[in-house]
Amino acid sequence: MSDFEQILQAYEESGGDPKFLKSPKVASLVVSGNQVIGANSIPGLTMTAEQLPDGVKAQVAVDAGVRIELPVHLCFGVLPAEGIQRILSEFEIGAGASVEFIAHCTFPNATHVQHIMEGKIHVGEGATMRYKETHYHGQTGGVEVLPKARVTVAKGGRYASTFGLSRGRAGKVDFDYEVDVAEDGVAELDAKVMGYGDDEIIVRETIRLNGERARGLAKSRIAVRDQARSEVFGTTEGNAPFARGHVDCVEIVRDQAIARATPLVRVTNEQAQVTHEAAIGTVDKKQLETLMARGLDEEAGVEVIIRGMLGD
Amino acid sequence: METDERILQVIDLWVTREGRQILRGVNLTVSRQSVHAVLGLNGSGKSTLAYTLMGSAGYIPSRGQILFEGQEITSRSISERGKMGITLAWQEPARFEGLTVERYLSLGQRKPDTQRVWAALEAVRLEASYLQRFVDESLSGGERKRIELAAVYAMSPILAILDEPDSGIDTLSLDDIAQVIHRLAQEGSTVLLISHRDEVVAIADAASLICEGQIVQTGNPDKVCDRYARCCRPCDKAERVEREVEYERL
Repeated sequence: MSDFEQILQAYEESGGDPKFLKSPKVASLVVSGNQVIGANSIPGLTMTAEQLPDGVKAQVAVDAGVRIELPVHLCFGVLPAEGIQRILSEFEIGAGASVEFIAHCTFPNATHVQHIMEGKIHVGEGATMRYKETHYHGQTGGVEVLPKARVTVAKGGRYASTFGLSRGRAGKVDFDYEVDVAEDGVAELDAKVMGYGDDEIIVRETIRLNGERARGLAKSRIAVRDQARSEVFGTTEGNAPFARGHVDCVEIVRDQAIARATPLVRVTNEQAQVTHEAAIGTVDKKQLETLMARGLDEEAGVEVIIRGMLGD
Repeated sequence: METDERILQVIDLWVTREGRQILRGVNLTVSRQSVHAVLGLNGSGKSTLAYTLMGSAGYIPSRGQILFEGQEITSRSISERGKMGITLAWQEPARFEGLTVERYLSLGQRKPDTQRVWAALEAVRLEASYLQRFVDESLSGGERKRIELAAVYAMSPILAILDEPDSGIDTLSLDDIAQVIHRLAQEGSTVLLISHRDEVVAIADAASLICEGQIVQTGNPDKVCDRYARCCRPCDKAERVEREVEYERL
């Protein structure tokens, strides 16, 4: 089986549909380790990738005013049990453009794999970018994932990202996204992670609302059990008149797991308003009893509640 | 009543909550495939009775027995009771992030039955578009109550305990609720309908009046309603006894 076929198989196992990676109508990028094994640009969207000793440097540009109809599919994986994959990426979304990315990161056999993502993203004036990243790490917990992004959203732009890791072991995750939002811009960060065994999860979401009427939501949903640990730092700053922001963190804890949440709200303009809520605890008793009164066992009920919360 | 006609028997049930004696020797018998209303004022012990019958945590009887289809279930878990075919529609139903109405309605089904899920939604007069909505804060209180009723209907339970199904729903839809309850009974379910509104009791085949944690009358719904209207208002025990005596004189 070729590298491409193997990564497609892993991609499919992680919930992706390989047909999108084969279609010439769909922009896509497939990276296995430090090998670029597929890159497809389409009119209005240019994708380039170059090999690094331990990963890949990729650049994605969407022309101003272009609306990319079909989601762009990205697939990053490491198939061997050990290795490092560093993805350095730059996204430039032109003014008035619209694009959605669906990224699958898959490490099905990992015992010692480090996956580092460093993204620099600019969403142009009036442009929209949606980025959905789903991870599959296998069952050993041997993956260390370090996704880091620095995002700027220009006037009237919209940026929304969802990071999901709820199948297989999380391993060690240190998620770190920072977004600066200009006038009338919108940013939404949503991280959903489940950890068990001795997984360690850190989520850092920062949104700075720097322009008038900028809006932001930093949302996180974490579930930990066994001896897993989670810590969420949700920060939103209101730095301009009529900026509106919210930090929303929910963590479900079971067994001997430990969860912490540090919502930070900072307002430097008297006309800005930022709110926060954080809830950490075990599964809600009333939710669980409702499901048990439908005949579900306790474990099945907990699974339904957690999967729902994580958007599975 | 023949033994096999009794689907539920509650015998001398006592329940204490947070140091207060809420149920004080409840005795109740419910016939199979009937709609049996339990009528009482707020604070009379209705909801405590409902949660105790369902086996909710913290509602453990200090004395008494609950028999379901002749089997003692007093110490069985809520899941076990659910698997036996007992279910409860909470007065204020829980909300679930990320759980679609379609999935929620199918959770209690022993075998997946999409037709039944659709029928359940139709029974509570909600459009099919609700199936893809989430059972979360985006639903109004009335919508959530209807979906709770639909979830009970979709499950085809043997015994459905409905705690104040009419609260939070506009009065125009009381007829809808009555229809769902009758459909459940016609299809073989027994419904224990708990309410403080006497007009709801008109739906029932039989009724019991609960007062200060005791069933004080069981029988024809009209007679129970009549007594409820004449005697029941928020009171202390002494006043209640006085009115009881007055009622007996009437």
